[in-house]
Amino acid sequence: MPAFSFNDILLLATTLFSVGLAGVLVRRNMVFMLMSLDIMLNAAALVFVGAGARWHDATGQVMFVLILALAAVETAVGLAIILCLHAHGRPTLDADTGNLLRGWNHG
Amino acid sequence: MGEILLPLLILCPLAASMIVSVSAGRMGACAIGTVACTGVGISAVISIILSITLLSGPPAGVLQVTLWPWMHIAGFSADIAFMLDRVSMVMILVVTIVGLLIHVYAAGYMRDDPGIARFFGCMTLFVAAMLVLVLASDLLCLFIGWEGVGLCSYLLIGFWYNDPANTAAARKAFYMTRMGDVALLCGLLLLATATGSLRIGAVLAAVTNGQLAPSGVNLAALFILVGALAKSAQIPFQTWLPDAMAGPTPTSALIHAATMVTAGIYLIARLHDLFAMATPIMALTAILGTLTLLMGACTALVQSDLKRILAWSTISQLGYMFLALGCGVWQAALFHLMTHAFFKALLFLTAGAVIMRTGHEQDIFRLGGLRHAMPGLSAAFAVGASALAGLPLVTAGFYSKEMILSGVWHVHFGLTREWTLSGHPLWGIALLGAFLTALYIFRCVFIVFCGKKQGTSATGRTSRLMSIPLGCLCFLSLCGGVIEMPDTLPPLHLFSTLLDPKTPLSHADEPIWLVLAGALAPLAGLGVAWVLWGRATPVMHEIPGQAAIIRLARTGWGMDALYDRVFVQPFRLLTWLTHHDVLAHAITATGRLTQAVSGRIFQARTGFLDILSIWGSRGTGWMAYLLGQLDNGRVRWYAAWIAGGLCAGLAMAVLS
Repeated sequence: MPAFSFNDILLLATTLFSVGLAGVLVRRNMVFMLMSLDIMLNAAALVFVGAGARWHDATGQVMFVLILALAAVETAVGLAIILCLHAHGRPTLDADTGNLLRGWNHG
Repeated sequence: MGEILLPLLILCPLAASMIVSVSAGRMGACAIGTVACTGVGISAVISIILSITLLSGPPAGVLQVTLWPWMHIAGFSADIAFMLDRVSMVMILVVTIVGLLIHVYAAGYMRDDPGIARFFGCMTLFVAAMLVLVLASDLLCLFIGWEGVGLCSYLLIGFWYNDPANTAAARKAFYMTRMGDVALLCGLLLLATATGSLRIGAVLAAVTNGQLAPSGVNLAALFILVGALAKSAQIPFQTWLPDAMAGPTPTSALIHAATMVTAGIYLIARLHDLFAMATPIMALTAILGTLTLLMGACTALVQSDLKRILAWSTISQLGYMFLALGCGVWQAALFHLMTHAFFKALLFLTAGAVIMRTGHEQDIFRLGGLRHAMPGLSAAFAVGASALAGLPLVTAGFYSKEMILSGVWHVHFGLTREWTLSGHPLWGIALLGAFLTALYIFRCVFIVFCGKKQGTSATGRTSRLMSIPLGCLCFLSLCGGVIEMPDTLPPLHLFSTLLDPKTPLSHADEPIWLVLAGALAPLAGLGVAWVLWGRATPVMHEIPGQAAIIRLARTGWGMDALYDRVFVQPFRLLTWLTHHDVLAHAITATGRLTQAVSGRIFQARTGFLDILSIWGSRGTGWMAYLLGQLDNGRVRWYAAWIAGGLCAGLAMAVLS
């Protein structure tokens, strides 16, 4: 008898996903956006783990490991982009200022 | 010799007509008059020679000349053929001799008219057409002459065509006789289909042999009667003749005396065998003739135009002839035709001379006392008037009218087995007509020639060219009638034996008071006219014009108005309709409507496309703008859209 039912897990995952999504949508700081994305990925991973427990299948665990790797890579790439932008002289972390195809300084 | 002379008789006036017409403007007035008179004169001489030849031959001798075949088809044939028998002999003598006298007179009368060539061209053509009519032995050939006189009368009545009233009168005469011509043609076609030929002899033989059904005979006779009524201006076609006075006076004389109006009489007299088989039509002829003679006399009594009085008197006298034809005494009709030709020509020519010398004054109340200024003309007019009234013994009119009256007295129409119509009432009306005839013509004589001198003054003299024909006609009017007398007088029957040697008219059982009544009626008319208008202080200067009946009579009994209402105005409406072409208007309107509709549709279509393209482009612009707005490069918005889209997709997947 598991401590949590699958419904609870789905509810938690949905809540986490919603929090992450809200963070992506609302926050303008790119670091926070990356963090919110990680929360969303973790929500998805939680569903995989819950489903594996529900159906007694190890594949869920495998998928969690893969998602963990993906999250690491994503964070790394995201931070790299932020650092790169910063290196090119962007003084801010505001995501909305990056909507022009031409560069900040060249505009 | 007759075979050459008979065509020559017609050819002479025809050639004269051609020469005169073609030479218009190149020959002087004298030369034109000479050519025309020569043409008619030669034919008068020829007709006299032919008459002598015919009379010296056997009693029933007929001179036949077939010039050329006109048409030959299966079941029908027609020739250009002429025939001279005793009926046509009388007619050619009347036509050529009276015609010659009128031509001689006209040569003087029309001397100063610029259109004299046209005038004589028509006049001689008129005579030629009338000769064709009376000589034709084929009814189709007769029809050529019939139409020819109609055409010439049209041309001559409208001779002074500058006045619209004259051309209107000419058109009226043409149309009125045209109605009769159509009826006549119907009758001829009926006979042609029944008998296969229109040769008069063949047709009459077929009819008397009973080859036609009685109804067919009646119908054919009725059609021919309508044609004759129109040509001879009888009820109900009488309206054209008084208006025909618009032409020059010699024309009036020619129409009234020798040609045109006598054609109807001649046609029925020629076909009397056909009419004898159709008793109801005979009765109809007699009744119409009686009505016409009474109406003509009453109307003449209230006219004030000299020529119109004479015109109405012609209608009245033609009524006598139709009465005689209806009663079967066609010899009497022809006899009256002959004497009428003499005295009516005399009256018209005299009236023409009077009118000419008084400066074209035709109102009898403005003439007056002309006896002293022109004694010769007064005497001539008085002679003509006496003959017209039929003063006993001394005038031609008396004998011919007497012959008609005695014929009418004896007649009985067996219409059906029970119902017969006696001739006695007709005789009574005819006698009343004789009284009225004397009354109206002597009213005219007394007012114009006796009485006080009025404002108009006579000028000039009547030229010899005009007075010689008047003299000849005077003689004929007085003495032309003695060749036929009632039995109570010396029984002299030259005319009726001449026409029909086999069955002479018998007047044996004629009571003497019949002749006396016929003699006294004109005398009574003369006496009453003398009392009313002839004395130094006339009892009646003028019949009071206030009475409605007199106003009605003066305008010809409203027949003109009736015709106007019944025929002319509907026809005018029709011409107006065709002139304005309602149908074309309707079609044009439809076309315009279609055009307008198609224009609207075109506009609507282009407008629709315009609107569509405008809105399309505008919408595209908006959409592009919106999409452009979406594509704003803000990552958070992209994520929001992705999330929204995902939610929508899921909602659709779950809810559907």
